[in-house]
Amino acid sequence: MTIDWANFTPWASLAGGMLIGLAAAMFILLNGRIAGISGIVGGLLRPAKGDVLWRVAFIAGLVLAPLLYQSAFTLPAVEVDASVAVLIAAGLLVGVGTRYGSGCTSGHGVCGLGRRSPRSLVATLAFMASGFLTVFIVRHLIS
Amino acid sequence: MNILSAFVVGLVFGFGLILSGMTDPSKVLGFLDIAGVWDPSLGLVMGGAILVSSVAFFFASKRTRAVLGEEMRIPTATQIDRRLVLGGLAFGAGWGLAGYCPGPAVASLFTGMVEPVIFVSAMLAGMGIYELHSRMTAGSARQ
Repeated sequence: MTIDWANFTPWASLAGGMLIGLAAAMFILLNGRIAGISGIVGGLLRPAKGDVLWRVAFIAGLVLAPLLYQSAFTLPAVEVDASVAVLIAAGLLVGVGTRYGSGCTSGHGVCGLGRRSPRSLVATLAFMASGFLTVFIVRHLIS
Repeated sequence: MNILSAFVVGLVFGFGLILSGMTDPSKVLGFLDIAGVWDPSLGLVMGGAILVSSVAFFFASKRTRAVLGEEMRIPTATQIDRRLVLGGLAFGAGWGLAGYCPGPAVASLFTGMVEPVIFVSAMLAGMGIYELHSRMTAGSARQ
């Protein structure tokens, strides 16, 4: 294993992670809810009375974050290598998978592991293993 | 108040995603590529987030109501079943293909790039497919 020291950003990543944790902490303590993005977004496709506005508000905050961040700091560089076809396939898999498995990196990873849920640990191990394997196949076996 | 709080939490969550490097798919893939030149940054994102959220979940587990008055909605499911694992595997494959998980993709929607728009559209379609499928199977189970 070779470490990519040039791109390693330990402090920014740790601080960013702690902000994500703070958001999850605020949401459970203030609103009594799990800050799981796939669940918050997916719940909009099953609209129920009194269950829509808070989801929209959360997503509005998430979407506005880069625009506000931009007014004070420079947004970090972003690079997407995936083609349109790959983006569509990936989006479909993420959409179906997160709803079928009841969560994503935030709901199972951050919140689930934060509350020591064995269920979330299994889900997190599954998507991490699958992510590692997929990148291995794409980068080292196919290309 | 709950709506305002959800908005602020979404905002903080988004700032965390940006600062941590999660909104850059090439950085995410650099973390998932353990067989290549590996960027361990995202391990620190997860660690930092769980560190903070676990403190909040410790206190949340002792409460029946959230600070703003809503009931605590901490997931109660404990079943480790096929759908949890298969869903996780599918999500991980999509994550590994494009480098986007739901949070960073949604947060990047209005940054002027087309890739997150394509990915999120496909993700919503995937979530819609899941929704239709679960309604159909629920319908046939009732008959």
